[in-house]
Amino acid sequence: MTKTFKDLFDTYSWEEVSNSIYEKTAADVVQALENHKRSLEDFKALISPAAVPYLEQMAVLSRQLTLKRFGKVMQLYVPLYLSNECNNICTYCGFSYDNKVRRKTLSSIEIMQEVAVLKTMGYDHVLLVTGEANQSVHTEYFKKVLDLIKPHFAHISMEVQPLDTNDYASLIPYGLHTVLVYQETYHREDYKKHHPKGKKSNFDYRLETADRLGEAGMYKMGLGVLIGLEDWRTDSFFTALHLNYLEKKYWKSKYSLSFPRLRPFSGGLEPKVEMTDRELVQLICAYRLFNGEVELSISTRESTVFRDNVISLGVTAMSAGSKTNPGGYAVEPQSLEQFEISDERSPEEIATMLRSKGYEPVWKDWDQALI
Amino acid sequence: MFNSRLFTGTGKFSSTELMEKALLASGSELVTVALKRVDLNDHKDDILTHLNHPHLNLLPNTSGVRTAKEAVFAAQLAREALETNWIKLEIHPDPKYLMPDPIETLLATEQLAKLGFVVLPYIHADPVLCKRLENAGTAAVMPLGSPIGSNMGLKTIDFLEIIISQSNVPVIIDAGIGSPSDAAKAMEIGADAVLVNTAIAVSRDPVLMAEAFKIAVAAGRMAFEAKLGQINSYAVASSPLTSFLDD
Repeated sequence: MTKTFKDLFDTYSWEEVSNSIYEKTAADVVQALENHKRSLEDFKALISPAAVPYLEQMAVLSRQLTLKRFGKVMQLYVPLYLSNECNNICTYCGFSYDNKVRRKTLSSIEIMQEVAVLKTMGYDHVLLVTGEANQSVHTEYFKKVLDLIKPHFAHISMEVQPLDTNDYASLIPYGLHTVLVYQETYHREDYKKHHPKGKKSNFDYRLETADRLGEAGMYKMGLGVLIGLEDWRTDSFFTALHLNYLEKKYWKSKYSLSFPRLRPFSGGLEPKVEMTDRELVQLICAYRLFNGEVELSISTRESTVFRDNVISLGVTAMSAGSKTNPGGYAVEPQSLEQFEISDERSPEEIATMLRSKGYEPVWKDWDQALI
Repeated sequence: MFNSRLFTGTGKFSSTELMEKALLASGSELVTVALKRVDLNDHKDDILTHLNHPHLNLLPNTSGVRTAKEAVFAAQLAREALETNWIKLEIHPDPKYLMPDPIETLLATEQLAKLGFVVLPYIHADPVLCKRLENAGTAAVMPLGSPIGSNMGLKTIDFLEIIISQSNVPVIIDAGIGSPSDAAKAMEIGADAVLVNTAIAVSRDPVLMAEAFKIAVAAGRMAFEAKLGQINSYAVASSPLTSFLDD
């Protein structure tokens, strides 16, 4: 048995995986569509260029599988940015250490001002977001924040720097349910280029984060890559490989996938690889055909039209009314964002849109009392 | 106790209004609701508001818990907030296939029965576990027909028949019933009731499908009570082979 995902990951070569995806044929795609249970090789076929002519069939199957498992409902959540302090240099991020923005970490009073706004929006599921600044934003800080907000939310998720197993385990009793840690890219060399400085430059520590979450007994974890840094097909294969590994090993945890496309921000990086809307739909459907149970989440990075149309194709969770700057809801609405939002509609507008499409917006799907 | 042997669920509907209409059409008198989905502190909770009919009895379920300890705590919360001592015990530490944990379920049933709960545990179609649950004081058993939400029908039918033949408590077939014919079949083999959610909620017309299930469950029960004719897999010889013994 492998000790961590790194042991399995190291047996793969990026080039070989990449070539094998681009060599998939129409026959491979047809076989993948017909299979009852789909393998990683089937997943490669479904994300390959050869699958493009089969997109409509993929969409029909993806919708059926999603309906069966999740029904006609959509989970709604909202990010709460706590801090933009960061010691990492990331070439694509508005909070990068070398980016000249005013740094801020919310105080307890400020957090509660933000929470008050989120509660008026109707939210019961909040996603806490920070940069990586271990001198001020650390496990003890997170405990303080969780204590503060636990009475106000049924479901608390976190997207912060990777932590050690003990830290994760210690946060669960404080009400932490879900942790999202995106690998950004599984291309080891390019990862180094995009993360030249800071703790985040350690590729392996990040790669093994999900194992630490599994060991800690986290209820749910989210995986993903930042689309635009490297070939999205190869990166998505490694995401699927990671998911497959984790599901078998940490069978008590739930999983969700995200597929953020690089968005513009002040002074930012141009994407190396552009992913079209058609390709993103292909990826969403391929993930669903590969795994009927995984949650698929889409943020306000994506456009109004795109979000309205992927609802019935496989996505199961979405954010709405998001601000990506600390204090963005109440304290300092004008401060600099991590990235630009595309879909700026309010949660109520999103809920109305969902209902008009025959979907029930779900604000609450967990209870702190169940922990 | 109930006029209807069709129990229903509240998940996966495209709106709470549609859920209410479908549940009314189903004739169901016992409807299960996930504690994690309702706001127990809010008397105007959207789901609960739409379940507010005199004939609809609420059956809170513990979906989301992973251990007996969490389940017992959740059941106590439900009893307080929803004023019912009935609890559908769902302990599935596996969030992918939602397979029930037999060990934790048995433990929780023992504890909850002692605390005065009417316990309805969701379990695998395991005849020995059913007997152990009886000893632990369960009010009924709820074995699965196939994985929850799968619509695959009665894949466990051979084990369900053993459970039904041995049981001293009501047997409610819980998960995997995908069509009215599956429900009718479950009733024909002697199940006391079935619980259906996904097959109704996710159909093109949940209200019509709810009514179809209502009729199927009633028909299946009538067939069970009327005693189905024997199905013979071999011909009965008109001149019996052993008739010479009578000579």
